[in-house]
Amino acid sequence: MSLLIKGADLLGAGRQDLLISGGIIAEIGAIGAVADAETIDADGLVALPGLVDIHTHLREPGREDAETIASGSAAAAVGGFTAILAMANTTPVTATAEAAERILDLGRLAGLVDVQPVGAVTKGLAGEELAELGLMAASRAKVRVFSDDGRCVHDARVMRRALEYVRAFGGVISQHSQDPMLADHNACCHEGELSGRLGLPGWPGVAEEVIVARDVMLARHTGSRVHVAHVSTAGSVEVIRWAKAQGISVTAEATPHHLMLTTDLLAGYDPTFKVNPPLRPSEDVEALRAALADGTIDVVATDHAPHARHDKEHTFINAAFGVMGLETALSVISTVMVGPGLLDWAGVAQVMSARPARIAGLSGHGRPIAVGEPANLTLVDPSATVTVDRDVSVSLSRNNPWHGRTLKGTVYATLLRGEPTVLKGALV
Amino acid sequence: MKRHLLSMNDLDKQGILTILDTAESMHDVQRREVKKLPTLRGRTVVNMFFEDSTRTRSSFELAGKWLSADVINISGKGSSTSKGESLRDTVRTVAAMGVDGFVIRHSASGAAQQVSEWVDAVVINAGDGTHEHPTQALLDAYSMRRRLGDLEGRHVAIVGDLTHSRVLRSNLICLKTLGARVTVVAPPTLMPSGITTWAKSEGFEASYDFDAVLPTVDAVMMLRVQRERMSGGFFPTEREYTVSYGLTRERLRSLQEHTVILHPGPMNRGLEIATDAADAAQSLVLDQVSAGVAVRMSVLYHLLAGEGAVA
Repeated sequence: MSLLIKGADLLGAGRQDLLISGGIIAEIGAIGAVADAETIDADGLVALPGLVDIHTHLREPGREDAETIASGSAAAAVGGFTAILAMANTTPVTATAEAAERILDLGRLAGLVDVQPVGAVTKGLAGEELAELGLMAASRAKVRVFSDDGRCVHDARVMRRALEYVRAFGGVISQHSQDPMLADHNACCHEGELSGRLGLPGWPGVAEEVIVARDVMLARHTGSRVHVAHVSTAGSVEVIRWAKAQGISVTAEATPHHLMLTTDLLAGYDPTFKVNPPLRPSEDVEALRAALADGTIDVVATDHAPHARHDKEHTFINAAFGVMGLETALSVISTVMVGPGLLDWAGVAQVMSARPARIAGLSGHGRPIAVGEPANLTLVDPSATVTVDRDVSVSLSRNNPWHGRTLKGTVYATLLRGEPTVLKGALV
Repeated sequence: MKRHLLSMNDLDKQGILTILDTAESMHDVQRREVKKLPTLRGRTVVNMFFEDSTRTRSSFELAGKWLSADVINISGKGSSTSKGESLRDTVRTVAAMGVDGFVIRHSASGAAQQVSEWVDAVVINAGDGTHEHPTQALLDAYSMRRRLGDLEGRHVAIVGDLTHSRVLRSNLICLKTLGARVTVVAPPTLMPSGITTWAKSEGFEASYDFDAVLPTVDAVMMLRVQRERMSGGFFPTEREYTVSYGLTRERLRSLQEHTVILHPGPMNRGLEIATDAADAAQSLVLDQVSAGVAVRMSVLYHLLAGEGAVA
């Protein structure tokens, strides 16, 4: 069976019809009626390559009450994603080939997006001994991204060895940059006047920046590739910009929440806004937007971090870190980047699809919209607005920091290898 | 007056003065042989102390009892993140028994505010982490006012571990609202984050030089310095701290005659305050404790007695 998409604006560059057949893009142009083809009227919609998120937490195995691979896949599809990377900080940690293959298989079983496991860098995320990086890479899951996310690989010697070791199979270390001596596990509020007033333990930007600076120097020394997860400060942006100018192999991501929300939201002690690294002042937010626009920050990644309600209903300092992000990411980027003219839709395709797929080594995703390419596609309604309601969600969690906000630009449809997973904004 | 007392920001100048004035008459009750008023008869107040405290808890307990409220005390540690009862469940369980007022002490900043969003009862903050301790600021203001009169234009120095002090934050707001001039004094490592912009926007001063501030102050409030801070690298030795920021015998002599000395307790004699200073005629340390009960009676009265009640 084939699918005809009528009149989609391809990356904002002009309207075309798309004929999808056998999971690939069979024809592009002005296409008349096709026998046996289902038709999607894409008048007014922008077609993007299926979105790719290199940073999600799916909570399975271990905390299936907060999210499962199936529910997280559903949230991803609704958000326009066709591939997501599942972080390793589950229980147990993804640190073996078997654990990685299990996640891959559960993702395939759900069948809504390609779920690619991230492997742990160190055993138990303890930062001391390397996990079985090579066996994970050689497994059916073909793990290429390794991260202790949630924890920083803070020991410089361990980080150096990890960077060197993964070169054997083209891997990359995605670093959660947080010097634990400068921002310990209690640190939860951007260090500044507000943390002083609120009496919350400060998480200074410098605790991120010193690790980013160290890691780019280690990447230079080893000739390896390092990826900086959830960049949150202007200082980190400066370091990354400098490193790129030196030709160092560094890539970086920013999250939708760090691109829009600011630290002042913490004034009411609502743990919904507790996230690691913390929300920063507007100067940092501005710097991140500019860096995403000029390519210093390569990609958007959600750091989707669902939590059961009761894990957020503690005092601020005791509540769990993290915000949800899969379902709202495209709308946020549309609002803060496309709306003000910082990125066009071709730019969005770069930062939310092509580059994340390249960093993660996913060959079937982030491809150009061209004949013969896999039909992983996202149709966006650029003029539709949505007022986010946390209860309208296919995720199992509700820790949604966007609740009540009105965003412009919504996902209309998602296609995974030609099969619609989402139509008219809802799961098929 | 607002429904809860979560922060000193909940009270304007008139509100503070009303509470202090009522505290004066409560103080008279406290000195009577029979210390009981019928004001809160039939009302139930729960003191929920998730953090150890002897003086604040007993002060609130006496205040409630002398106003004839039914007072119960619940103590225990805050629940952990992923296991056990959430704070919301804990307080809602107690609220469901039919409680009119919660007095909350918790080691986490913001706890009292969160509780106020989860229960229908009146919530009084008895100290939340390193955020605020409003009744302490009120009893400090009460004690200073009795000795110095109107605090408008008076100069108060607050000295010590400012970073970790909820007493500081409540006092800053209270004293500024009352029109006092405030200088906070500490080594840079014990100043709260963002103190420079904070001081500028709120109109107080910050100094590293205790001796430069001392001669002009009308009140000096010494804050407790925990010895554990030394291992955290906040200062090198006790000796160096005392020499630089302690209210020593020598500094006591350089105070003006009318200058009063406060300390919220418990004191580290010999570290932040010399025994001569703690026990000097100018010291209000015991007055503060005694004022604590009267001020808390006043707060309970204003927040729980309801319309038409008479003190």
